[in-house]
Amino acid sequence: MRRDLEIIAALIKPGARVLDLGCGSGELLHHLAQEKGVNGYGVEKDAAAISACVAAGVNVIEHDLDDGLARFPDSSFDMVVMTETLQAVAEPSRLIDEMLRIGDECVVTFPNFGHWRCRAQLATSGRMPVARHLPHDWYSTPNIHLCTFRDFELLVNEKGLPIIERFVVNGDHEFQAHINRFPNLFGTTAFYRLGRAPL
Amino acid sequence: MGRLSGPRPADAPETAPVSTAAPPTDSVGIVAPCRAHFDDCLTLQCGVTLGGFDLVYETYGTLNAERSNAVLICHALSGNHHAAGFHTPDDAKPGWWDTCIGPGKPIDTERFFVVGVNNLGGCDGSTGPVSANPATGEPWGAAFPTVTVKDWVRTQAMLADRLGVHRFAAVIGGSLGGMQAMQWAIDYPDRIANAIVIAAPPKLSAQNIAFNEIARHAIQSDPDFLGGRYYEADKRPRRGLMLARMIGHVTYLSDDGMGTRFGRELKSGDIGSAQDVQFQVESYLHYQGTSFSEKFDANTYILMTRALDYFDPALEFDGDLVSAVAETNARFLILAFSSDWRFSPARSGEIVDALIAARKDVVSAVIDSPHGHDSFLIYNERYFEVLGGYLDEALRRLDT
Repeated sequence: MRRDLEIIAALIKPGARVLDLGCGSGELLHHLAQEKGVNGYGVEKDAAAISACVAAGVNVIEHDLDDGLARFPDSSFDMVVMTETLQAVAEPSRLIDEMLRIGDECVVTFPNFGHWRCRAQLATSGRMPVARHLPHDWYSTPNIHLCTFRDFELLVNEKGLPIIERFVVNGDHEFQAHINRFPNLFGTTAFYRLGRAPL
Repeated sequence: MGRLSGPRPADAPETAPVSTAAPPTDSVGIVAPCRAHFDDCLTLQCGVTLGGFDLVYETYGTLNAERSNAVLICHALSGNHHAAGFHTPDDAKPGWWDTCIGPGKPIDTERFFVVGVNNLGGCDGSTGPVSANPATGEPWGAAFPTVTVKDWVRTQAMLADRLGVHRFAAVIGGSLGGMQAMQWAIDYPDRIANAIVIAAPPKLSAQNIAFNEIARHAIQSDPDFLGGRYYEADKRPRRGLMLARMIGHVTYLSDDGMGTRFGRELKSGDIGSAQDVQFQVESYLHYQGTSFSEKFDANTYILMTRALDYFDPALEFDGDLVSAVAETNARFLILAFSSDWRFSPARSGEIVDALIAARKDVVSAVIDSPHGHDSFLIYNERYFEVLGGYLDEALRRLDT
């Protein structure tokens, strides 16, 4: 399984109800169903990814995240997961609110625009960064809401959401000491496990 | 009564040539309908009891030793038991869902034992308005009792018992057929492993019922309808049935699909020609209406539209669809088509949402297609990939 999905899988309790937004080929849900008896649903809009979910026997709902999540009732899931998708949706802030309306907790991962390579490219060439974790040209990228870890945490703080856990990794999804010291400079991807704002 | 070959795929030629060639290799080939007679008294949901009844059905493929590979195909408003293959080598057209059922097709007859049945109240051999009422010796006509989707599912289960099938690997249907698949999951949770509900809502909207009522009224206003007793007078309400079908066809297609197919093409090329039919789309509707009125029974049409209108499995559960599906054990595949406005993707979504709320296994996809509600009968690469892929996986699951 993809290394980032392993990190997420470790955060999910056996038997939990999981909603995976932008579930791709259903790898995480398939693993969770096999290993942890998790009853989950994936949400996906890509036809090829949906076919892959169907072939893997994963519950998948064809739905565009930009149409909102109103169809999912309050507190209907234990955990709502969204990997590498936040930066590609129309309204990321609203989507985070929705994830924590539907789920007791959520896990969000996204690529770091504050990584030193991005900073260096912008500073030296004056052009939009293209990196391994951000491989698209500005005009064809699906990533329309890029942010840095610091940006994201400012938003989360503004919303008053507790960060239960945070993992920051490099491009190979490995943990490294220097990343932990300067995550917003050396981290490629962050995993944020968020809870609901206290009443 | 003539044999019904089901709704014509929207892109088939209007007059198919009669073929004397052997059926194509992905066809189930020449098939013959069977008849099952039931002596059992059957009390219908409306309270009327039938002293016995017949169901006409067809099967394709072989039931395996474990009896675990049976698939039931439920038909829609104008369908019947003849879902695939040909009755004679000279048949111009195969069964109504031949695109989807056969060797190597999504509903693969080399792996599944497929059962097609003409529903109770139909006009293709099963007991219905055309059949003699034992009390009078005359055809039932409009006096044939109201039949519901629940009644159909019950009689289909009786047929399954007769065929030695305790549990269907899948019950599959589009439109009204999809409603039967859903009802199966609710009424017989332990007798269905997968419910495949295609282009079907959890109940009809007021607009849906309105279109059905216009169709019924067209039939009933035909002077040849004679209150439904037209058989005795050797008449048939062709004009009314034709009009009903024309209205139906408008709702089965999409505006864009009609535009692409017919546009504003004139039949003769001249404005104001003396011809009755001026635009191509008129020609299409006239053809569909006429051919249908010659082969379908008007009383059955009324009965089938009533079954559509009454369908509402949530009604027994205080209108709560989540409660209605709470005791189901089947896995669901819910498919809808982007341009279907008769039973739109949003309506299919209501079923999906109820299943999620009830914590049931479900896969849902919205297939991009220009063909409106008719899409469920027409080949579409993604549609067949999802349906075939789902059934492949279902079979693997059943084997383990």
